[in-house]
Formats: sequence, C-alpha cells, structure tokens
Amino acid sequence: MSSINSNNPYGDSRQHHILSVMVQNRPGVLARVSGLFARRGYNIYSLAVAPSDDPNYSRITIVVDISATPLEQIVKQLFKLIDVVRITELDPRKSVERELMIATVRVDGERRGQISELANLFEAKVLAVGADAVTISIDGNPEKIDDFEELLRGYGIVESQRTGRVALPKLEREARKGATKGKAS
Amino acid sequence: MSTKETLTGAEALIRSLEMENVEIMFGLPGGCILPAYDPLLKSSIRHVLVRHEQGAGHMAQGYAHVTGRPGVAMVTSGPAATNMVTPLCDAFMDSIPMVCITGQVSTSAIGTDAFQECDTVGITRSVTKHNELVMRAEDIPMAVRQAFYIATTGRPGPVLIDMPKDVLQNTMTWHWPTDEEVVDSLPGYRPNVKGHPKMIKEAAKLILASEKPVLYLGGGVLKARAAEVVKELAELLQIPVVTTLMARGAFPDNHPLCYGMPGMHGTATAITAMQKSDLLIALGSRFDDRVTGKVNSFAQDAKIIHVDIDPAEQGKVRKPDVPIVGDCRQVVEELLKAIKELMAEGVSATDITPWRSRVNGWKEQFPLTYDMSGPGDKLKPQFCLEKLRDAAPEGTIVVSGVGQHQMWTSLFWEFNEPYTWVNSGGLGTMGFSVPAAIGAKAAKPERTVWAIDGDGCFQMTAQELVTATTEGIHVKIAILNNTYLGMVRQWQEMFYGERYSEVDLAGCPDFVKWAEAMGCVGIRVESVDEIDEAIALANSINDRSVVVEFRVEEFEKVFPMVPAGASNDEVLLHPNQESRREFLK
Repeated sequence: MSSINSNNPYGDSRQHHILSVMVQNRPGVLARVSGLFARRGYNIYSLAVAPSDDPNYSRITIVVDISATPLEQIVKQLFKLIDVVRITELDPRKSVERELMIATVRVDGERRGQISELANLFEAKVLAVGADAVTISIDGNPEKIDDFEELLRGYGIVESQRTGRVALPKLEREARKGATKGKAS
Repeated sequence: MSTKETLTGAEALIRSLEMENVEIMFGLPGGCILPAYDPLLKSSIRHVLVRHEQGAGHMAQGYAHVTGRPGVAMVTSGPAATNMVTPLCDAFMDSIPMVCITGQVSTSAIGTDAFQECDTVGITRSVTKHNELVMRAEDIPMAVRQAFYIATTGRPGPVLIDMPKDVLQNTMTWHWPTDEEVVDSLPGYRPNVKGHPKMIKEAAKLILASEKPVLYLGGGVLKARAAEVVKELAELLQIPVVTTLMARGAFPDNHPLCYGMPGMHGTATAITAMQKSDLLIALGSRFDDRVTGKVNSFAQDAKIIHVDIDPAEQGKVRKPDVPIVGDCRQVVEELLKAIKELMAEGVSATDITPWRSRVNGWKEQFPLTYDMSGPGDKLKPQFCLEKLRDAAPEGTIVVSGVGQHQMWTSLFWEFNEPYTWVNSGGLGTMGFSVPAAIGAKAAKPERTVWAIDGDGCFQMTAQELVTATTEGIHVKIAILNNTYLGMVRQWQEMFYGERYSEVDLAGCPDFVKWAEAMGCVGIRVESVDEIDEAIALANSINDRSVVVEFRVEEFEKVFPMVPAGASNDEVLLHPNQESRREFLK
C-alpha cells in the first residue's frame, strides 16, 4: 500500500498533515519552501503546485508526515519566507483530498474485459488500448486510488504515475444550503 | 523626474544605492560585476577596497552593528559570492541588516558552468533573509528598494541581489518605486511591530505579580533601539537584568540592576538568577542553547513572557506563557503604560526586595575572578583586558573574534552604552573581528575602535589591516596570544582528558613584523610592567592602525562554565569559588 497513513515510516501515531501554501508565482519559491523541510531531513510525501485563480499566485499543496511540534515550527518559518503569502493547514478529516493516477497495465485480450469492468466499478477511464496493454486514468480520494492500484497490481503494472495531492477544506455543514435533512432538531 | 531618463543597469544600480542613502560600501571588483564599478567612479558613495571578499562582508556587518543602518557589500560572481557566504550566514544568525550585491554571468550563460559561475541564489538561499536574481535592467531599482526594505524591517537580516553582467550593461528607463509600490510588491511580507494589547496587559499583570522576575535581554533590544525604554521598565519595578552576548551594552553594566551575561560562560549570578526566577521577561532574546544549557532543566519554575518581532521564535525552544509578537521598543512602551495603568487602578507590585537581595548576595559571593600571575609568569588575559578597558577612551567600540578572548572580553569589559560591542554570536565566526572593527571604525571615525582578537582568529583575516592602512581607517587590535586555539584546548583539557589534538598554534608568526608589513604599528607585551606603556602608546596613535600582541598564559580557562548539554544548575565556578557553591542556593 502506498497510502501515507497505512505506510507510516515512523511506525507511530503521526498523522499526515496537509499544508496549503499560497505563494507569489515566481522563480525559486518552490526551492525555498522545500528547503525548509530538507534542512531538517524531512521528506515531502507529495507536492502539487499550480497557479491559483489569480495567476500572480500559486498554490502549493504539501503532504508531509511529521509530528505536530516540528511542523508548527516549519509553518512559522515558511511564513517568514518573503514570497509566502498565506498558509493554511488542512485537517484531513475536514478536507476534500484528490489525486489522479494514470497506469499502464499489461493484459492480454482475454483479461482486457476484467480490467474494463474494474475500471467501470472505480469510475476510471481507459485512455488507450494496445495489443497487450491498456492505459487507465483514475481520479478520486487517495484511498480509492490506493485500492485501485492494489487491484491493478495483480495484472502487472508496467508504469504508473500519481499526481501530488490537492486539497481544499470541506464546506461547513451549516454552509450547505438547505441541508436540513437528518438534523435532529 | 519629468523626462524619461535612460540609464544602464549599472548606473541604475549605483543610483539606487545612492537613493537609499548608502554612504559607504565594501567590496572587490571582478569580471561579472565590472560594469557596476564604472559608474561608481563618479558616485558619492565611498567604496572600500578589501583584500578578501569575506572581509567586505564582515566590514558591512561591523558598520551595521554600530549604526543600525544596513551595511553594503559588493563583489563579483563565483568565488567572490562563495567567500561572502560566511558573512551572510553570520548576519543571518545575528539579525544584522545587510545588503550584498554579487555579480553573475550573463543571463544567456547562466547554467552553463561558465567561468566564475555559481548558483549564488541557490547557495545563499538558506543564509539570507531573502535573495533575488535580477533578470532585467528595469527591475533593478525595485530589487534594491525591496532589499533595503526587507533587510531593515521586521527581524533585520541580510539580503542578496544577484546581478548578471548583461543586466548591468543593458539600458532601462529610470523609475524609482514609491514606498507604496514596494509594499504592494511584497504581499507576503507584513512584519508585525505592534504587540497584541491583550497579551501586553496579561504580561503587565504577570510582572506585577512576580516575586522573582528577571529581564532577559537579547540582541533584539538593540535592533529595536529599545535600550532607553527597557531601562525605564527595569528601574520602575527594580527588576534584575541580564544581557546576553548579543545584548551587551543594551543595559549599562555599571547599573546596580545589571547582573551581566547569562549562559555557558555567563556570570554565576546571571545564570542562577534565571534558574531560580519565577518570571523571565525575554525581550528580543531567543533562548539560544548557549543561554539555556539543557533546555528541560532551564528556569523550570519560571513563567515566560516572550517579546520578539519574529513569530517563529515564539515557542521554538520554550513555550511562552505570554507570547508577544512585536517590536521590542513599541511593546515595552505599551507594557510600561499597562503597568502604570494597573498600578493606578490599585494593583500593587509585589515586593521583590527579598529576591533582589538574594541576587545581590550571589553577586557578592561570586564576582568574576582569576588568579593573578606570579612574578616572571606569563600575563593573564583577563588582566590585559582590565588594563585595556580602564585605559579606553570614552565611547570606545569593542569588537571581538570568537573563542576564549571573546568570552573574557564580554565578561571583563564594562559595557555602559549600547552599540559599543560588536561580535559574532550565533555563527561564532573566527576571524570576524579585524574586518568588523574596520567596518565599525568606518561608520564611527570619531570613536576609538579596539578589536580584541585571539591569535587563531587574527590569522584568519589579518590581511584586512592592509585595507585599513590604505583606506586610512585606523583601528586598534589587541591579540591575546596564547599560541593555542584556546577554547578548543580548554574543552580538550576538561572533557577529553587533556588529550590535545591539533590545537597548538606554537609556530605562530611574528605578529609585530606582520603588523609592520601591513603598515601598522606593532607592539609586543610580554610582562606586566610593559602593559601600561604599551596601551598608552596604542591609544595615542591615531594615524595608523596598531597591533598589540599580549603574550598570555597558555592554559588559562574561561570560568564560569556550563559544560555543553549540562544543566545551568551544574555551572562550574572558578576553582577558587567552588567551595562556596552552597551559597548559590
């Protein structure tokens, strides 16, 4: 399993943390940000960077597996970087997380149907079909992708690539318009 | 300016520096920075030509230390930039405002391993507050304005601007950004100077309620120009004060409330007062490991008020009970108001007379001490320092290198005025003192500047005395020559069973001849009866730099000492005082 939670390298109860860092969209910013982790010998588990809705700014989503105390210090030091405009730590329980994976799987004609069926179940898309392989794309929450990847493994993954995780806070229940159903009173 | 003016990037750079009121810069030209040195010929800025780029960096630091204004250094690419890494890191650790300009290969050659190319912004990224590779000539004025703004506001620090050669050669239309444009260009940089009123009130209450408070002053007090208001606070409630290595002079040593330096080589009184305190009022100090000793046994009963402009310092080492992010001067001004208001409302200050008399008792029992040398023995370094101190003209600025001589100077000198002590605290850069003294003297030509150096340190950067001579910046250097890397030797004696490994500098050069070769006056002092005359002579010479070599006792150790990793409760006193240890209770 490649999920950060199931494959905790520290073997303790550390939880993964998601940092959403809004930065000025300029050269060198990513190096400054990642340098603060590297300096302490921490690995960044996943990283996704793209311009935000305002092209002057980029949003960096960083997933790390660090206990809370050093992370608090890193967050403060990240915020000291001149190019960092805003940092939000997203609580995994209160966030929507998404990843995308594309994978090429070796299949002969006989088993192609099984793969196609599996793809349907997971709402994955078949992107390309070759004589003895198919390329599939799937997006969704990271656990779902873990599960799918695990099932594909049985067929033989030739190559696969997952994106870094992106995340946004879940909408507060109160903010969901008309969501009164199920409320006790 | 109404008409659009076309300038080369180099002209724009020099004009920008003039606009920032730079009066002096320290540097050494080379291939890629060549274009910038041409307009310098007709500039109002004085350029001090150094003999090694590291010297330019430390001179800029010395200038900044004593003026509070950013020191400026300009050097070329590649090896010059890498030689600048140490001063940048030093300035970063000690929060010294500094702007460094480096040349870079032309934009088209960047990344090709061109001659004298290095990834300067990459290399200096972690030792600067900010750095910038300027890719277009028209961006130069903004880059310079941002650099000065960032270097001098918030927690000060070094900023580097990397200037490719073609950017300096290309032309641009002159435009000087407004303050507003500078601030708008840095949306992620909004230093918080004003402390939170609720936290300040909370702090005021804690201070009034405390029975055993200590004001723990760090370098931030000096950076914030807060010495006056801090003194007012100390005097209002008669709170004992300790000044860290970076804060020496922030509170006068001759003040009855001053108990000197805390930390690994602090006074027994300062160390113990913090250990026994019930409230540490940390102002611009950062709970450095050299101050706290073993962290989990540091001032265990003390609540902490931590005032620092850098939010990342809050809770980094010790969780504060009252964190206040803000400029020390502004916060302490507000704190004084809050205390006075509470007192006006009828809250009375706790009587801390018993605490003060306890602290004074330690001060009486454990003064700084050393054994005087016997007849025919080598000089004691502490004795030389006392003599230098007592003969120093009013307002003398003292600069030190790193090691035993630094600790002795910090302990035995009496600093009664802010900005008269310049040293490398955080990074501990040997070789700091000669160039830093030159920078300090360039900033304050009317002051006497004494650099107190060790023989090891001196041999690292002494060549800058050639700069001092040619530039007419006359400093005085006292070398406490024990022919050892003294502090390392002390550790090998105390913690490695006297197994001395590579600390013997016995093959030391003839410092007098060396000084003379660099155009300085060289004086050697070997016995007690030569001291007064030598120091008087050194103080009387104002047209040349002077190097006084004191041949001192090799095996003298710095006391008190808290061994690395030990608790401050386990401070090793001077052997003469160990029998009185029980009085430290």
